[in-house]
Amino acid sequence: MTSSRKRFANLNAVIGASPMIAVAVGLYIFGIAYSIALSFTNSRLLPKFDSFAGLANYERLWSTPSWLVSVHNIWLFGLLVIGLNMALGFLMATFMDRRVRQEDTFRTIILYPYAMSLIVTGLVWQWMMDPGLGIQESLRNWGFEGAAFAPLASPDTAIFGVVIAGVWQGSGVTMAILLAGLRGVDEDIWKAARVDGIPIWRTYVFIALPMLRGALATAFVLQAVGVVRIYDLIIAITGGGPGIATEMPAKFVIDHITSRINVSLGMAGATMMLIPILVLVAINWYVDWRRKRAALQAIG
Amino acid sequence: MTAIAAHETVLEASGPRPRQVSAARIGVYAFLITAALFFALPLYVMLVTSLKGMPEVRLGQIFAFPSAPTFEPWIKAWSTACTGRTCEGLTPGFLNSVKITVPSVIISIIAAALNGYALSFWKFRGANFFFGLLIFGAFVPYQVVIFPLIIFMREVGLFATLPGIIIVHTIFGMPILTLLYRNYFSALPEELFKAARVDGAGFWRIFFYVIMPMSVPITIVAIILQVTGIWNDFLFGIVFAGRENLPMTVQLNNIVQTTTGIREHNVNMAATILAAAVPLAVYFISGRWFVRGIAAGAVKG
Repeated sequence: MTSSRKRFANLNAVIGASPMIAVAVGLYIFGIAYSIALSFTNSRLLPKFDSFAGLANYERLWSTPSWLVSVHNIWLFGLLVIGLNMALGFLMATFMDRRVRQEDTFRTIILYPYAMSLIVTGLVWQWMMDPGLGIQESLRNWGFEGAAFAPLASPDTAIFGVVIAGVWQGSGVTMAILLAGLRGVDEDIWKAARVDGIPIWRTYVFIALPMLRGALATAFVLQAVGVVRIYDLIIAITGGGPGIATEMPAKFVIDHITSRINVSLGMAGATMMLIPILVLVAINWYVDWRRKRAALQAIG
Repeated sequence: MTAIAAHETVLEASGPRPRQVSAARIGVYAFLITAALFFALPLYVMLVTSLKGMPEVRLGQIFAFPSAPTFEPWIKAWSTACTGRTCEGLTPGFLNSVKITVPSVIISIIAAALNGYALSFWKFRGANFFFGLLIFGAFVPYQVVIFPLIIFMREVGLFATLPGIIIVHTIFGMPILTLLYRNYFSALPEELFKAARVDGAGFWRIFFYVIMPMSVPITIVAIILQVTGIWNDFLFGIVFAGRENLPMTVQLNNIVQTTTGIREHNVNMAATILAAAVPLAVYFISGRWFVRGIAAGAVKG
């Protein structure tokens, strides 16, 4: 009686969770396997599994200029954006934590870019960095004749223009996450530090910052996932140009499965994009495993 | 009590502190105000540019207030600006975005709430494996799974259709929303669930009559997350929606990047504000709820 009832209940639970099961298995096992498999074929417009191409697509990938530029860009962009967002986010969070007046107003202004589409972000900054009518021209009209602020116009500096837009859009989130973390830090620590005469900035850097490990990791992972996916911002702000100066892996893949009609080369790129994520997941597992092992050893 | 009082006297005794503090206060506000200016500037530039006529835009004074504010660019952006082939402004894009966003938000939230409910109260064998896989999916770049999804949608005849794009949004919203609901449900008192079981209520009854009425706060967070996320989407819209259903972001990009004729920056900026209006309204109205959504979504399972 009980066992049959339980089985019936479980069946309902499986039905309820069927969307999750379908997506998990269909997309994240079968889909990923399908993409990786395609990277070893000669598919152009449609998937074709009749000929095995070996590593030919990967060899081609790593000799395709736009892919090489993409990989270089994603590292440069990722390090700069994540670094700046973390630093700026932490600074803003600590300053906001100093019991400022109008905290809600500051937070609203700092975080609103995150509510908008990356297309909007890209278009606004494209306009502000316009070499003819943007900020540069305004500065020159004000009398700063030598003013230069049109990074998007030159292949050498375009990526830094994209970085500015990325920091503008993303540093508010880091601030919000770290501020929430700071609010969770025990009040007594501030009192203790004050009693001991430790300067406030040292308390933040040497006491609060290490206690924010969890919040920092969260902010980092969120940023990293966003960087690997970056597509919309590039489309809006430069379209990958000038030339191929701001190409990104995500755009490379989409271009190759749509307009460039070379699915297998695109899938080789997609497979490469999966690797950093797999490394992150593996590190996460390893840390968990070690923690569990340490806990077990502590017990006996 | 005495200990606290003693500490306070110690603090008050430490000489020149007040002046030091006030200098630091000025520094704090100076930094925050500078930061706020950096973040506010683009919105200001968008607004003033959108209210200028083209002759004034060509003066190259991007920060200047419009001398004769005009709503012409807004009207043009909304109803007559050209997106490559048609000249209907952003209106069709707005309507498409509504048609995509409303059903996507509802369906994705119901699916995720069911997942979270099954995961929290009705653990079945393998549940954690599927959940772990789903969370792994939250980190997978879209580009890795987008092509198999295109092929699947084409096979079932939903590629480039409205139902197709709704399913795609439901799929990609699932990892984060399921996590959100699972975490919320596991914090609910289990006695409540057990009491309903004792009263003879089954899986679906408990879900609809006990759990969902208690899930209003998390559902508000989920709605905020999904409305802004889906409205702002560009990639899925351009790949899966089909030419008839292109969302507002795609049409905005088409309007601005259309290179035929002169670039009307004032119309472009009006269009940009119009496309950002819905998520911005959600953001300003929801206030702290939006922040809660970020924090909830960011917490690792």
